[in-house]
Amino acid sequence: MKLDTSGLETTMPVIGFGSNSEMLDGFSSVPSFDLPRTTDFDGFQKKAVEMVKPAKGTTTLAFIFKEGVMVAADSRASMGGYICMSQSVKKIIEINPYMLGTMAGGAADCQFWHRNLGIKCRLHELANKRRISVSGASKLLANMLYSYRGMGLSVGTMIAGWDETGPGLYYVDNEGGRLKGDRFSVGSGSPYAYGVLDSGYKFDMSVEEASELARRSIYHATFRDGASGGVASVYHVGPQGWKKLSGDDVGELHYHYYPVTPVTAEHVMEEAAE
Amino acid sequence: MARYDRAITVFSPDGHLFQVEYALEAVRKGNAAVGVRGTDTVVLAVEKKSTPKLQDSRSARKIVSLDNHIALACAGLKADARVLINKARIECQSHRLTLEDPVTVEYITRYIAGLQQKYTQSGGVRPFGLSTLIVGFDPYTRIPALYQTDPSGTFSAWKANATGRNSNSIREFLEKNYKESSGQETVKLAIRALLEVVESGGKNIEVAVMTREEEGVLKQLEEEEIDIIVAEIEAEKAAAEAAKKGPAKET
Repeated sequence: MKLDTSGLETTMPVIGFGSNSEMLDGFSSVPSFDLPRTTDFDGFQKKAVEMVKPAKGTTTLAFIFKEGVMVAADSRASMGGYICMSQSVKKIIEINPYMLGTMAGGAADCQFWHRNLGIKCRLHELANKRRISVSGASKLLANMLYSYRGMGLSVGTMIAGWDETGPGLYYVDNEGGRLKGDRFSVGSGSPYAYGVLDSGYKFDMSVEEASELARRSIYHATFRDGASGGVASVYHVGPQGWKKLSGDDVGELHYHYYPVTPVTAEHVMEEAAE
Repeated sequence: MARYDRAITVFSPDGHLFQVEYALEAVRKGNAAVGVRGTDTVVLAVEKKSTPKLQDSRSARKIVSLDNHIALACAGLKADARVLINKARIECQSHRLTLEDPVTVEYITRYIAGLQQKYTQSGGVRPFGLSTLIVGFDPYTRIPALYQTDPSGTFSAWKANATGRNSNSIREFLEKNYKESSGQETVKLAIRALLEVVESGGKNIEVAVMTREEEGVLKQLEEEEIDIIVAEIEAEKAAAEAAKKGPAKET
């Protein structure tokens, strides 16, 4: 597979003059692949995607509120029925000091593309002497993923950050889709997370209230969804950048939310009198 | 020396790129153009050679907009200008599409300068024979800016600048008379500078103004409006002359 080095290219196409320069004027060229020689390419594509099976076993969520953006995720990595040894996969990726990305889908795909996006954001900063906006960064990622559409990438990510226009939150997936929104949850545990998040959400929350809501939503999703678990991490993105607020083991969180009430025993075993 | 100017890709022994310098000559023969940056206004003024009676003057506009908030004036080969302006306009829209933000003045200047540089380092092509003055307001920060590019592909930001015919004398005038201004004062300064080398009158000057309040609008001044401002300038000049001569006579 040809590695994507478009982050190192300028926006101006570097091609010989006199050839099709008119057609490519002003637009960067899209990375291209050698296509496999099959009679039924669509069927082949379907089979390839099926093989990778983007099940996106995880729970991630993010929402915008008065004080910025709250981002939270679990940390379980699963491969089919097996839970990977590390119950502490970092699913919240730090693109740069003021932008975060969440990981759902293929771990390798998400990690690589977020690193790639981080490179592009940094190059934009150096070239333009100002930070890239959240909408710009999410658009760069969406365009890259669109050009690999149908080739089996599995990425369901949220880009959260704070830029000149305030807090920003975008959902980007491997189909090349990009949605702007206030609340998103991605992954197999998202239905459960949405339930708790939507019922508890208010725009006017303090940072503590919002982080508690995020933590609780992740906890409830890990409780019911087998593919989510491990550690619930919560990050806050404010005007000064992101800050990790907490990382709690969901097992311990269970007893925090549902403490075991001591039951008075009917029979008490007395110490044998000495 | 003549051997080193046939192909652009060849340096001369003393480090010159002759084609680029000849392009600068073409710029020096082009019509004068002035740009001034005020605190809340940016102005471009260009010398207009007398329009033939049958020509539709609207099709021969010398100051063009690249996007809602960016305008460009140039001196040199007009046909080269058309090509460069078209590429810049496409880049402005492409930037809006991929970054969801309008371009900053510096970005589009860097793009145009990069394009001009590319044509100084390729085989079989010649440099663009024009220098541009680019003005506009940055999105969000709304800071006014004026930039100049030249055929070698260099660019820099200016408070006020001139290019084309007699640009040295105009620049000297600007250096002597420039001060931070806003609104109509900026417009007057640009016109006064251009009048140093151009015959006085509204039909010989084309002026375009962009203000921070209306940053999506490039206002091309009508001939009558320019005539009024020119009359004001001449009145001020006459008053200044009279004031100089007056006290001397008294003593």
